Amino acid sequence: MKLQADNVIYMDNNATTRIAPEVLEAMMPFLTEYYGNPSSMYNFGGQVGRVVAEARAKVAALLGAEPEEITFTSCGTESDSTAILSALQSFPDKRHIVTTRVEHPAIKTLCDNLDARTGHKHRVTRLKVSSDGSLDLDEYKAALADDTAIVSIMWANNETGVIFPVEEMAAIAKKRGILFHTDAVQAVGKIPINLKKLDIDFLSLSGHKLHSPKGVGVLYVRRGTPFVPFLAGGHQEKGRRGGTENVASIVGLGRACELAAEKMEEENTTVRALRDKLENGLLGSVPRSMLNGNTINRLPNTANISFEFVEGEAILLHLNRYNICASSGSACTSGSLEPSHVLRAMGVPFTAAHGSIRFSLSIYNTEQEVDFVLEKIPAIIASLRQMSPFWNG
Amino acid sequence: MWEYTDLVQEHFLHPRNVGEIDKPSGVGEVGSLACGDALKLTLKVDDNDIITNAKFKTFGCASAIASSSALTEMIIGKHVDEAAKISNQDIADFLGGLPKEKMHCSVMGREALEAAIADFRGTVLPAAEGEIVCECFGVTDVEIIRAIKENNLRSVEEITNFTKAGGGCGKCEEKLRNLLQTTAGEVFEIKAIQSKPQRMTALQKIKKIEEVLEREIKPGLRKDGGDIELIDVDGDFVMVSLRGACTSCAKSQTTLKQHVEKKLRELVLDTLIVEDANS
Repeated sequence: MKLQADNVIYMDNNATTRIAPEVLEAMMPFLTEYYGNPSSMYNFGGQVGRVVAEARAKVAALLGAEPEEITFTSCGTESDSTAILSALQSFPDKRHIVTTRVEHPAIKTLCDNLDARTGHKHRVTRLKVSSDGSLDLDEYKAALADDTAIVSIMWANNETGVIFPVEEMAAIAKKRGILFHTDAVQAVGKIPINLKKLDIDFLSLSGHKLHSPKGVGVLYVRRGTPFVPFLAGGHQEKGRRGGTENVASIVGLGRACELAAEKMEEENTTVRALRDKLENGLLGSVPRSMLNGNTINRLPNTANISFEFVEGEAILLHLNRYNICASSGSACTSGSLEPSHVLRAMGVPFTAAHGSIRFSLSIYNTEQEVDFVLEKIPAIIASLRQMSPFWNG
Repeated sequence: MWEYTDLVQEHFLHPRNVGEIDKPSGVGEVGSLACGDALKLTLKVDDNDIITNAKFKTFGCASAIASSSALTEMIIGKHVDEAAKISNQDIADFLGGLPKEKMHCSVMGREALEAAIADFRGTVLPAAEGEIVCECFGVTDVEIIRAIKENNLRSVEEITNFTKAGGGCGKCEEKLRNLLQTTAGEVFEIKAIQSKPQRMTALQKIKKIEEVLEREIKPGLRKDGGDIELIDVDGDFVMVSLRGACTSCAKSQTTLKQHVEKKLRELVLDTLIVEDANS
């Protein structure tokens, strides 16, 4: 099979990111000569265990956590499932979960299944969002009940980049004695996080969203939080997660967390400026285009724009001809027949939901790339609109 | 990413006959913005009933645009009666095939063609007379039955791929299954059954049985003032006890065998035998 990677303009960093060269370099020795098992008694293995411990400390440093609060997992989805199921098992009498309507499928599908497939043993409250994708704190407070086992609210939305006030929401949950989980997969590395000061009990992150490889994630568990493992097995991760450690990827994630701390400023200045240029350029040059999501509390790298009366998959395939990578909330690309649940929850009209495109940038994007995209998109949209029975331009 | 044939990509990137015919002989409009795809087909038909021109406007994904473009190429120059015989499979074949999840795009093409020809002839389409089964996408039983017959559909998933019915909230799944069974004349293996695990531990088996009783059996019995309780599972023998109105019901043994046992065999394990623990 012929693969290609030349001249790719990659603007889909909320889907996955490139592995930073520094990360790959840190990983390589553990994919080659240092293959020992970190649990082994001899030094050849034990030394690898010490490297894993170093990586753990680096992840903890980025989050403002203690190393023992960091458990390595295989991905964000595993971290999410572990947190929710742990809380439900820790409090067997509590059957209620509070979450939002705009969670990533890792949480959404899990909660849907807990709700419907366990003979309705669990109740799930899914908080609404306003038209700009924001939550209502009063609705949140009213949703918390005596039998609420856990609250799970994403830190930042993957489709719109909208940031939720999880700090405040966690504090409210704590007052009620309710565990608080946040899926921070999109937030970590893009905005500063200091868990020491917060009341968050569980936090999930995923390696491949911050320039380390796929197949490694983290679950932060605040010290003292009751915990039941999801993957039972050996004594790895202090018995919190069985299975031999994915050493090279863990080392890579540790390095990626160091880099993320160094690049946080750049993410919030350079990347933000590129995103703003792209966004303003598109909204200015394409008629009947609109921004989805709140512009104040938003990740610096994400822009979700709807082009009315055209369909997202068609736009993406035209972009693909120029090697431009982005994603869409349209039905045809969501794998279902309906447009994105996030945009529907926000009440984005169908005229716009089907034609939504998400651009998500990273520190590796350049101004030339943004200019190129700005040059190509207006003509693509115009040609598709000419074909659309709903366009009277 | 969808695997589109070169022909689909070619028709998507360079669609033929885009636009609208001025003073058309027939117009067919199907789909809607809400559904995510829509097609407006306009035809020019001469005095000999030959389609001399066809143009389309499509809102939708690559395969919807390609199917529309292909359709216009297929019908221009054809007699209306000949064009009327074109099936959705013909459109897909013309393009060298479509991904199975995208077959509904070819169905949309065929529907637009039918609507345009009906408009030209001044007749009413049978699909419009059907009863809506899928509320989300407004699909009628007539359309679904036709798709099942014409494309030899064998599962609810396939019905969704071809007609979109069931692709939204999923509430019509049961109705679709019934349509499939009555139309095809026999019970087909549905996805849920295909995926049932054949090797289960005793614990898994008990859990699964409990789940099916809870979800599939109890709600129906309770409606009639009855209930059922799982007493024990020994190998393939499932001991249950009927409660409430069921205990005095003359039909209770029939309920056990024909309803409970049938459901458990269907959804858990096809060797299960249900016994009344009280008898």
